Amino acid sequence: MSYLAVEDLSISFGGIRAVDDVSFAVEEGEVFAIIGPNGAGKTTLFNLVSGIYSPDGGSVRFAGRDITSLPAHRIAPLGLARTFQNIELFEHATVLQNLLIGRHVHRRSTALSHLLFLPAVRREELEHRRRVEDVIDLLELAHYREQRIANLPYGVRKVVEVGRALCLEPKLLLLDEPTSGLNPEESEDMGFWIEDINRDLGVTVVMVAHDMGLVSRVAGRVLALNEGRVIAEGSAAEVQKNPAVVDAYLGAD
Amino acid sequence: MRFLFKTHYNQDIDHLKHGGDRFWYGLLLVLAAAAPAALGTFYLGELNLVMIYAIAGVGLMLLVGYTGQVSLGHAAFLAIGAYTHSLLLGAGLPFLLSIVAAVLVSALVGAGVGWIALRMTGIYLAIATLAFAMLTEQTISRAEWLTGGFRGLAVPQASLFGMPLTQGWQHYYVTLTLLVVTLLAALNILRSSTGRAMVAIRDSEISAESVGINLAVYKTLAFALSAGITGLAGALFAHRLGYLSPDAFTFLISLQLLLMVVVGGVGSMRGVIYGALFIGFLPQLLAIARDTLPPQIAQAPGLEPGIFGLILVLVILFEPQGIFGRWLKIKSYFQLFPLYRRATHRRQKTYLRTERLR
Repeated sequence: MSYLAVEDLSISFGGIRAVDDVSFAVEEGEVFAIIGPNGAGKTTLFNLVSGIYSPDGGSVRFAGRDITSLPAHRIAPLGLARTFQNIELFEHATVLQNLLIGRHVHRRSTALSHLLFLPAVRREELEHRRRVEDVIDLLELAHYREQRIANLPYGVRKVVEVGRALCLEPKLLLLDEPTSGLNPEESEDMGFWIEDINRDLGVTVVMVAHDMGLVSRVAGRVLALNEGRVIAEGSAAEVQKNPAVVDAYLGAD
Repeated sequence: MRFLFKTHYNQDIDHLKHGGDRFWYGLLLVLAAAAPAALGTFYLGELNLVMIYAIAGVGLMLLVGYTGQVSLGHAAFLAIGAYTHSLLLGAGLPFLLSIVAAVLVSALVGAGVGWIALRMTGIYLAIATLAFAMLTEQTISRAEWLTGGFRGLAVPQASLFGMPLTQGWQHYYVTLTLLVVTLLAALNILRSSTGRAMVAIRDSEISAESVGINLAVYKTLAFALSAGITGLAGALFAHRLGYLSPDAFTFLISLQLLLMVVVGGVGSMRGVIYGALFIGFLPQLLAIARDTLPPQIAQAPGLEPGIFGLILVLVILFEPQGIFGRWLKIKSYFQLFPLYRRATHRRQKTYLRTERLR
């Protein structure tokens, strides 16, 4: 049984089959990339897996558990975190608060004890803070800790979003275009971080990417989508040479 | 400018961050406690009212400023708190128990409203809460067997620890204590995961969901908290009024509460206090202004709501962060002098939010 197993997943919006019988399997510990031209259904696929949309058909199994019909807030505590293509941070909060919000699934105290801020709550807060500081160290965000997201440049926001996902201490991380809009240097850093997250933290990574350089560097296996369907699967080099993929990107002659 | 050398995470958790905070808040508390000795009955009463407004404002701020859910119906929770407290007090319940009951009943109703309004946001939520407030007003005026309808309901004399609460200063101290307790409770919520979940919902519902925050639970909880605290203000308000009737809890009160939150500064608890001072003392200022203005203007009907509306519009146009935001700007002007630039606080445009999922 694969770690993340997607079987015959489909969803339609109006008359458009955005995701059409897509199946793939991700093994524990690998970096798996999903590529495809614009409108291929990559982001929709992520939204289906992370529970934001519920599919018309098919199933998603994660760590041996059927999560197809679970809502997003029930999927996150199982150890599945994600980022968004267009950055969905908590704009009016600081970087630190954003990362602390990422620790929500690890809360142990109740709202009533928060009202009184009992000593146990303070201990828990300190523990959250220590874990968040680890992420800040890893992603070199110390400089921005107290800044509001609204005042941060785009590249930093992208990193903060990855940081927030890491604060969930996920087992599986879904990255939706982690390098889109980044300059070459920032992209390279992001590539290193993805490798670190995968190797040192032991997090399985599934990412949507356009940057083939990044994909060939970090991803073990690649899935190519076009118009909601799987057109190729294999190593980065194999997929890049696949005629169907070349057609999808460049158009058939 | 003050530079804090932080050596422990507790420094970020504590309410009072440094010696300056401790000094100024301590001084404020001493001044507030000494106020009855210095102020006459009238101004003490006004200050008491300001603090009651502030309690209600804390409740509304949690909902509007921190959870991002607008409510135009908070007068209803004020009314529910006031009536529950008066009725239970009349039935012979001790003062403190009756207050607790008023808070719980308001919170329960608030949870109900929040649960029903789950799918609504923005303007639709505002209209739904407005409708709820009208419904409550109507219910109170029709349920004569319970509330006395428009004939009114006399608020029974309260007594605390065997001492009847008859004097203004007694009510003042009760209100002051409850305001401090309420503020502390609200700030405690805000520095724990519950408060952060509320902020998360305010800023991005989709992200909140994907980090595991149950939107339904936390929105309902925010409504319940907000309504409960406003209900507490209502219970104290009842003693201030002395005689309850439905027309004490009209739409104008809801509007004033919202105005207080916006004028004070959305998203800050200090803003609530500024807003309450503003709302509490504006009618006095207007009364004084009336004496000097020509009678054609001074006697014009609807002057007060007109001025309130005008101020709301001006604040939203020129200082969306309210009095608190203005204070921050003045403070940083002096801290950074002579390096302060206008652009320091310019609002940044959010870019790349094309494909918002809902």
